[in-house]
Amino acid sequence: MSTPSTPKEPQKKSSNPIPNKERAKMPRQHMPEALPQIRNKQFTEVNLGYSEELARQEALRCIECAKPSCTKDCPVGVKVKEFVQLIVDGDFMGAAAKIREDNVLPAITGRVCPQEDHCEGACLLCKTSESLGIGYLERFVADYEQKHFDKTKIVRAPSTGKKVAIVGSGPSGLTAAGDLVQKGHQVHVFEALHEIGGVLVYGIPEFRLPKQIIREQVDIMREMGVEFETDVVVGRTVTIDELMEEEGYDAVFIGTGAGLPQFMGIPGEHLNGVYSANEFLTRINLMHAYEFPKYDEPMVDFRGKNVAVIGGGNTALDAIRSSLRLGAGHAFILYRRSEAEMPARIEEVKHAKEEGIEFQVLAAPLEFLDDGKGWLKGARCQKMELGEPDSSGRRRPVPIAGSEYEIPLAVAVMAIGTTANPIIQTTTPGLATTKKGYIQADDTTQKTSRKGVFAGGDIVTGGATVILAMGAGRRAAKAIHDYLTNGEW
Amino acid sequence: MFKIVHAQFIAPGIKRFVIEAPRIARKQRPGQFVIIRVNETGERIPLTIEKSDPEKGTVNIVVQSIGKTTNLLNSLETGDSILDIVGPLGKPSEIENFGTVVVMGGGVGTAMAYPSASALKKAGNRVITIIGGRNKDLVILEKEMREVSDTVFVTTDDGSYGDKGLVTDRLRQLIDNGTRIDEVLAVGPIPMMKAVADMTRKEHIKTMVSLNPIMIDGTGMCGGCRVLVEGKSEFACVDGPEFDAHRVDFAILVQRNAMYRDAEKRSLEEYKHEVEKNKATAAEPEVACALEGKK
Repeated sequence: MSTPSTPKEPQKKSSNPIPNKERAKMPRQHMPEALPQIRNKQFTEVNLGYSEELARQEALRCIECAKPSCTKDCPVGVKVKEFVQLIVDGDFMGAAAKIREDNVLPAITGRVCPQEDHCEGACLLCKTSESLGIGYLERFVADYEQKHFDKTKIVRAPSTGKKVAIVGSGPSGLTAAGDLVQKGHQVHVFEALHEIGGVLVYGIPEFRLPKQIIREQVDIMREMGVEFETDVVVGRTVTIDELMEEEGYDAVFIGTGAGLPQFMGIPGEHLNGVYSANEFLTRINLMHAYEFPKYDEPMVDFRGKNVAVIGGGNTALDAIRSSLRLGAGHAFILYRRSEAEMPARIEEVKHAKEEGIEFQVLAAPLEFLDDGKGWLKGARCQKMELGEPDSSGRRRPVPIAGSEYEIPLAVAVMAIGTTANPIIQTTTPGLATTKKGYIQADDTTQKTSRKGVFAGGDIVTGGATVILAMGAGRRAAKAIHDYLTNGEW
Repeated sequence: MFKIVHAQFIAPGIKRFVIEAPRIARKQRPGQFVIIRVNETGERIPLTIEKSDPEKGTVNIVVQSIGKTTNLLNSLETGDSILDIVGPLGKPSEIENFGTVVVMGGGVGTAMAYPSASALKKAGNRVITIIGGRNKDLVILEKEMREVSDTVFVTTDDGSYGDKGLVTDRLRQLIDNGTRIDEVLAVGPIPMMKAVADMTRKEHIKTMVSLNPIMIDGTGMCGGCRVLVEGKSEFACVDGPEFDAHRVDFAILVQRNAMYRDAEKRSLEEYKHEVEKNKATAAEPEVACALEGKK
């Protein structure tokens, strides 16, 4: 498990019997999925995973590039070619170990990573056919590993005697923790909520990432020696300075996530029935509101109602697809740009459409309407057209004069991003922040302005993806290890 | 798990818990709160911290039985545990020497006002405390408040103790008597806090209120606790819970707190039904025998 990677090892010869030219002609193996009309009523997982046969079939498609661009484009640098070769060999545990050299959460990234923006987008097969199903293969290997995992085989690295505090148990924190514990450091993860996983637990729904998967991945990390403590809001329950000065931590990694949900600032956002995506998803995912009254956390009654989610990212799609599963009669996305600019994963858009989600693009709400009793009854919207590209490089939405229209709505969910959570910044003297209030950290080492304190993930970049946060956790772990080894800042 | 070191009713339906939570005990400041989750299927609710003992590593919380969670909580006894407690949350009260401060506690809100009253007194203020309840039994922490206040007034709605009337009636009298008041801190039911705000606005007396919107995480992540403060959205968990009373839109707070009323009612009814059923089962003779046999 803790085998260090040896970059100069000779290239292993592939046992793939299919000539390279033929491989590009093989079709990509489809991911088996639950039927849309069944899955849109339940929270069980949509993708069912490859069988061993499908996995080997797909693995055979890899053309084994001499300089694999998939690995280069992976934020954590997973050695794709090597692990895929091991699948071809039928050595699935070997493949899992190979992935784990670079990625401690393969069952999670195999499910939620936007592969089209990284490994699969870079895959040379794209030129002639469809990219290799790297995400699907990673998921297969990770699930196989979880089923066959032998805890007794975990080899703990010899202790360095150094203590590292990880603040936040989301993707960046877990990645940093996993990498650091394999170097022999004592790693203690603090989590503000009552469950480990951060956004993986409160944000991403069961039908995309089952909680059991996260629990199992976290259990493996526990076995590796990572300590977890829930119910600690660093900055309130204990400060960064107290961790370092009184609790003896030699380094701290801050991976607290983006934080405060944004609202549009339009009239009616305080009406009952208007949610932030964070609240809506937290009620469902973390608090199991969809199982009310078995679980105590309530949710408004969605059955037969019109529900709109404002936004076009993965969070927006998670929210709207959840509302359908809560019984919404008509569920739609309101997005101010066109579908081409949507930041959501392609697979999520496809799944959402199959399930019956309507996409009202080039439209935005101007006002939420009151039913006279403080509840949402509708929205006044405006149509948009695309103008010149803005700072994000995407074409800017421009309102069309006189295009206003009203829609009836019982629930609206705002999924338009987040702003920096200020708790740690305001309780840690000398911690430099950006103009927008995020923590300033070096791009390669994730070092902050405070000696011994590192930060990464959404609290540094603003809202991004699981895999980018994991990349930051990985870079931080490397820099923390260097710092703890040589003491140089 | 957080162990309940001591649990005792201090008024009908109002219970004080002394809970082992060393990290929270060490950091708690007046005006802050905790969020608890009683068990695996429980919801997260914010609760008042009455005080803490950093040496013993305990915090006191005061809970009034209202919905399912608070009823369930108040069924717990010394030696039981609470699954999750997180805190201290929110910004601490601003404690300075303002001069004369009127601290007002309505019902169980008195428990939240108490640590602030104590700190204000220590900071050199003259502290006039007005606490009230529907009747004599529901007036809490009078003794504790007397220890940290220069003057304590008690009001009850039915006149069974102290002055008959509302805490605001007493505030009115103080103002009319020409008492110099530099600041008011009011913690209690929303109608009480609103009435205080309306009264002091006209008198230009700076007034702080501690708001209790619906919350989930308590760290600013969910935005469920947003309150409208002078037309701007603020989050009670990170920007509050104390706000300038004259800038708060109380009507929105009332409306948003009613969002889950039907579900809350259903939860409570089912919980009470469950409790009755368990009582009935426990009373059945063969079960009772079986239990005795075990002993």
